Amino acid sequence: MDADPFAAEIDAHRRYLLRIARLQLRDGDLAEDVVQETLVAALSARQSFSGRSSVRTWLTGILKHKIIDAIRQKSRRPIAAASFDDETDLETFDPMFTDAGAWEAPPADWGDPENALSRQEFMEVLGQCLERLPPATARVFMMREILELESDEICKELTITANNLWVILYRARMSLRQCLEQNWFAGAARR
Amino acid sequence: MLLHRLTHLVSCREASRLLSQREEQRLAAAERIKLALHLRACEACTRFARQLALIREALARYRARS
Repeated sequence: MDADPFAAEIDAHRRYLLRIARLQLRDGDLAEDVVQETLVAALSARQSFSGRSSVRTWLTGILKHKIIDAIRQKSRRPIAAASFDDETDLETFDPMFTDAGAWEAPPADWGDPENALSRQEFMEVLGQCLERLPPATARVFMMREILELESDEICKELTITANNLWVILYRARMSLRQCLEQNWFAGAARR
Repeated sequence: MLLHRLTHLVSCREASRLLSQREEQRLAAAERIKLALHLRACEACTRFARQLALIREALARYRARS
């Protein structure tokens, strides 16, 4: 029996899809399910693949919908609202700045950023820093930056306001920046 | 003295928030001006702006990685 080349090509992207789904959902089993559904959906909808985009882009598009469905089902459980409240209050927790609004510790000089970007280890540190974000913050940041959903789509899916969204993304970027500085750039001079 | 007042229309905290907001939407004209004046005079926030750009680029490469 001949192997189906289209099926093989789709399967080659499984690991990539799984990594995105895991980051987004923080649940290994659920991520496996979502990727499986994506691959099955892709195989049964192969005639809708136009060839205008790459197979990976097409698969990622299907995966986005599957992830959104999974998030919708999950957010029926009452976790979402409470964690967003905790994670969107800017005034109670902003240890980066003095009361007067000056940097508590000004951002360090990151040296030659191109060097970091080209290093595999840097990408691993980035992955670890993404995993350390608080769960609700991470979910929103991933929707924006990894799945590349538009801001209004995210607000609609999670029933949060544009201001909530903006605060969550700000928090995420601040934590990520600090994590990268501590875990990569602080030692950059020695690299 | 005037220059000092102009560059302190926004604090570093506000400038950092505007820089993050700028990734999502075009800022209002008044905010763009206040931010630009602040960045001209503030080395820390200029670094922060460069770091946000690096993070954006790093995430793009992260997405593209298999």
